Amino acid sequence: MARIVVITSGKGGVGKTTTAAALATGLAMQGRKTAVVDFDVGLRNLDLIMGCERRVVYDFVNVINGDANLRQALIKDKRTENLFILPASQTRDKEALTTEGVGRVLEELAREFDFVICDSPAGIEWGALMASYFADEAIVVTNPEVSSVRDSDRMLGILASKTKKAEQGEGAIPARLLLTRYSPQRVDKGEMLSIEDVQDILSIDLLGVIPESQSVLNASNSGVPVVLDQESDAGQAYIDAVARFLGEDRPHRFTTLQKKGFFGRLFGG
Amino acid sequence: MGIFDYFRSPKPRSASVAKERLQIIVARERAHRSGPDYLPALHREILAVIRKYVHVDDEAVQMNLEREGDCEVLELNITLPEKD
Repeated sequence: MARIVVITSGKGGVGKTTTAAALATGLAMQGRKTAVVDFDVGLRNLDLIMGCERRVVYDFVNVINGDANLRQALIKDKRTENLFILPASQTRDKEALTTEGVGRVLEELAREFDFVICDSPAGIEWGALMASYFADEAIVVTNPEVSSVRDSDRMLGILASKTKKAEQGEGAIPARLLLTRYSPQRVDKGEMLSIEDVQDILSIDLLGVIPESQSVLNASNSGVPVVLDQESDAGQAYIDAVARFLGEDRPHRFTTLQKKGFFGRLFGG
Repeated sequence: MGIFDYFRSPKPRSASVAKERLQIIVARERAHRSGPDYLPALHREILAVIRKYVHVDDEAVQMNLEREGDCEVLELNITLPEKD
């Protein structure tokens, strides 16, 4: 049986889809058979970030409604072995995701894959609830910024009470923090919440820290998950996060300011 | 910090302000979340009962749920209007 992992945040634009694409690709690169599912019905974007937007024929809702089977709807990634994408539908009918239907599709995926990554939509509406409902664990993507941290805390409350496991009395599903768009320079100047600040407030384990990086926009521009850009700091940080996710113990990188030389210190900058 | 920075007036560190504000709001929202779901309804109904006898505004009834170990204490504070 697969581990079902939800990528969630509450707030929009913090990097959920980027993270879902990077984590799924990273896991597949490690030889784990991985499916990544877009739950953002009406506003699908995972296909664009994964670079397979022109290959979408059937979608999640088609499978739920029985218009297509999973085999027809899953898009096999062209770059990475072991990786499949299930796109969201563009229908505006949010009710299309029924609890029973989502459960059935995830169960079928879980039988065939090692990991099922659920890319949650923003907000705490139905789509977001469905993305986390069947999850075994969660990754909460947070920016070091007040509204994102507050929304993440809100989402942690939902993960503690509104998942299938919670309803069955198994308590909150394990949730780990992925801090994205982190800038050690700004933290050093006292302009940005630090890793410790965010952890103090949310009190959950830290899976990884992704530095603010131009490579993330470059990756989404070209539809290549940033984890494949192994030259980039963000790509390497995601590779570390994937390794930690698989149980490896790795130190966090790109989290402290590079110390400047004497002249750098003298003239600032 | 370069030497030129020493001549600038020290700016308030916005990150520590952010942390302080977050700690307060998150604690409040968590307390609210962990309370039983019937609290808002209870609050409304108590207010309605009091209004049968005295004219008070919404703020007149303050409810506070405190937890001490296994024991929960519901504190109810009703402020009656001053007599003119």
